[in-house]
Amino acid sequence: MENREEHHLTSIKSYFFAYLLTVGLTLVAYLIAVNSLFSPAALYITVAALGLGQAFIQLYVFFELGKELKPRWRLGVLLFTIMVTVIIVFGSIWIMYNLNYNLME
Amino acid sequence: MGKEAFPDTHHSHSENTYLGFWIYLMTDLIMFATFFAVYGVVRNNTFGGPSAKDILDLSYGLVETLVLSTSSFVCALGLRAALTNQKQKMISLFGLTFLLGITFLTMVGFELTHIVQSGYSWEMSAFLSSYFTLMGTHAAHIVIGLIFMAVFVAQVGFWGLTDVTKKRMTTLSMFWFFSYIVWIFMYTIVYLIGAQ
Repeated sequence: MENREEHHLTSIKSYFFAYLLTVGLTLVAYLIAVNSLFSPAALYITVAALGLGQAFIQLYVFFELGKELKPRWRLGVLLFTIMVTVIIVFGSIWIMYNLNYNLME
Repeated sequence: MGKEAFPDTHHSHSENTYLGFWIYLMTDLIMFATFFAVYGVVRNNTFGGPSAKDILDLSYGLVETLVLSTSSFVCALGLRAALTNQKQKMISLFGLTFLLGITFLTMVGFELTHIVQSGYSWEMSAFLSSYFTLMGTHAAHIVIGLIFMAVFVAQVGFWGLTDVTKKRMTTLSMFWFFSYIVWIFMYTIVYLIGAQ
């Protein structure tokens, strides 16, 4: 029983690795934004991608989503939530941008 | 013979708790998503007041990010110590997590009071309202996480690492990791992109 639990645990090494990656991605995103290395559109996309990469590492290592046994309920709930999130965020921005464009300009 | 032949009822009971807590975290994520959507819509509506660029310090935000990510990492090590029955190690690691959390909270507190003292309160513009809503909601999560951390670590101190206290430490850690994931988006969207 004890051994089986130990076997399931994430190794300290992968925690360290995830932490270093997190810090590295944060620093890269910070340097890109502070020095305005790219044009605005490219900068938004790069910085957002770095943030998403960090979130993915956190989910994979700290929440152990990769180790979940079938049926992967947590992963399913996460994917559904991401879908809702995308609809809320991009839907709101899209609608409000159009309203602003049609009524104010 | 597969694992299914020996149903470990207690184990699956904990798994249900973790799934339930995970679903709660996901609903929390939807709440944050609506606040981020509001921020995305109104971030340029400054009503003559300051914009994100005027009030946000990217370097200060970077230090906050590093403090909270370190806290999340130490929390993961603490949880591992708890699950491997190393009580003393767990208590010191969560003590460090707690101190880093307090440091983060103090930094956010200074940041927000500094903005208000500069004469830019949340009543001034839609942008400031949404900024304070986002920061305040996240800070409230950190406060609640710290309170539960103090209570649960004290419980481990009194009762030792039982199945119940291990379960509590696991859900608490999930909450703490989640707070950092939300902060990643806070730093990326509000600071790095917002203050361009």
